[in-house]
Amino acid sequence: MAVTLEFERPIQELEDKINELRRFSREKGIDLSNEIAILEKRVGEVMRSVYSNLDTWQHVLIARHPERPNTDDYIKYIFDDFVELHGDRCFGDDPAVMGGIGRFHGRAVTIIGQLKGKDTNENLARNFGMAHPEGYRKAVRLMQQAEKFKRPVICFIDTPGAYPGIGAEERGQFEAIANSMLVMSALKVPIITVVIGEGFSGGALGIGVGDRILMQEHSIYSVITPEGYASILWKDSSRAREAAEAIRIIARDIQELGVADKIIPEPLGGAHKDQEAAAEMLDEVLAETLDELVGIKLEDLLSQRYEKFRSIGNIE
Amino acid sequence: MILDTNRKQNDSFAPTESENRDIPDDIWSKCGRCGEILLNKDLIKNHKVCQCGFHHRLTAPERIQMTLDNGSFREKDAGLLPVNPFDLADYAGKLVDARNKSGLNEVVVYGEGTIDKWPVVVVVMDTNFMMASMGTVAGEKITRAIELAATTGKSLIIFTASGGARMQEGILSLMQMAKTVEALGRLSNAGQLYITVITDPTTGGVSASFAALGDIILAEPDAMIGFTGPRVIEQTIRQKLPEGFQRAEFFKQHGFIDKIVPRPLMKETLAKILALHLQGVR
Repeated sequence: MAVTLEFERPIQELEDKINELRRFSREKGIDLSNEIAILEKRVGEVMRSVYSNLDTWQHVLIARHPERPNTDDYIKYIFDDFVELHGDRCFGDDPAVMGGIGRFHGRAVTIIGQLKGKDTNENLARNFGMAHPEGYRKAVRLMQQAEKFKRPVICFIDTPGAYPGIGAEERGQFEAIANSMLVMSALKVPIITVVIGEGFSGGALGIGVGDRILMQEHSIYSVITPEGYASILWKDSSRAREAAEAIRIIARDIQELGVADKIIPEPLGGAHKDQEAAAEMLDEVLAETLDELVGIKLEDLLSQRYEKFRSIGNIE
Repeated sequence: MILDTNRKQNDSFAPTESENRDIPDDIWSKCGRCGEILLNKDLIKNHKVCQCGFHHRLTAPERIQMTLDNGSFREKDAGLLPVNPFDLADYAGKLVDARNKSGLNEVVVYGEGTIDKWPVVVVVMDTNFMMASMGTVAGEKITRAIELAATTGKSLIIFTASGGARMQEGILSLMQMAKTVEALGRLSNAGQLYITVITDPTTGGVSASFAALGDIILAEPDAMIGFTGPRVIEQTIRQKLPEGFQRAEFFKQHGFIDKIVPRPLMKETLAKILALHLQGVR
């Protein structure tokens, strides 16, 4: 069952009408190509006008769209010979973090990503993409393995935050996140992190330290979810929309703030409208970014990585 | 102790309860745990630890006074003022209140000094300033402290306390976690000592960055530690958390804390650890 967002409705209605006319034309053998062409033109116009004027909250809705491609989808589209690797060699295997090795434009790479489900059952199985300490420890294990075999690392960020629970705390969520960032900050291979949906809190940043931070056009990234912000600061989670606008969480803003390096375009209407096209656009930017990074001397790569984060929020 | 700003003399550490309204809080305080009425001058003498063992939170100046050799502290960057990158009106108001309440310009106080004559760079976070949340200025000052330790070859001691990253500075606050961690990585690679002292409360983005990465991690008794605060966990899992959950003793039991040190023993414990690392430096 397709999910239609409020602001997608006029577009959906026009598309439904076009489909209806097509069916009618086929069944009755009547030529309606003129009428269809007019409606198609109209759809294009409406889409361009809706999507060139998205407000912050509409970006949030697209970023969290249940049909938005997730880490698993992009791995299937973009990487060849993917072999998933499980477990942190310590406690367990976190289903909210997917990791493994695969081939990207002929080059072996390590891929790590937070993974949300597409429906309630999948989401329950994957904890809504909220990692436990074992997720970050799995990521660290795979990154150190990547370093040993000189494989670049590509991380996909898509999480509302780290999992807030008893077990997660007992097993040292804070230590797991801190250590993962520490390992990433000095890993001797290129690291690209891509925000593909929502990236919130230390839970996102736990796999987010790298040489380049890329964001898909409709992705969002901040210190806390808008709901969390509104409920903690205003004791009113229904003011999430206002919170989202206040702290600037959309890709364009994150780039302007000097955090995101590049924005990856999405198909008109968002990645969920055409997964394959979205994957191609992501593939293209990833490939050019990786080509650039593998050409940088390791020593320079590491000092540039340091400078990248060192300069954020630099006070004179 | 030298503090190079116009600091309001700290005259109150009264617990938040309003019950003690009729007690002049510059003379008396009420223990936050046992409720005992305590003479402030006695409490200060006892490192603000009640007879029942309850450790009252310290201001940054009090912490420095109790930890560093008398007169040895030289504060750095005290003049750095908070930023309001998104021009939020309610945040601007909170910053003014925080400044009035704490007498500080920002959460972090850092500088150089000595502990039992061992040279150190010390960082203290003060919960009177917006629950010691980490924004860009706090992250910047901590990073500068780490870099100062690296360039001077001194050991680094950070007294952590924080409600977490400062939400009002959005992604910029979040990135301070990565910034401080990176700098600690360099300090560690240079073979220098970093001691974390976890004080109440240390949560969120501060617990999950520099607080977790000490070569040696000490904690004060009963200090609250954790990534997610207890209220959010209770709301998520819809059950009451067990007694002692996320306290220093709990995390020591789970293997994340080296040692719990009562405050009256903190200075001598730090000195002993410094001596074991720095033989011959003094």
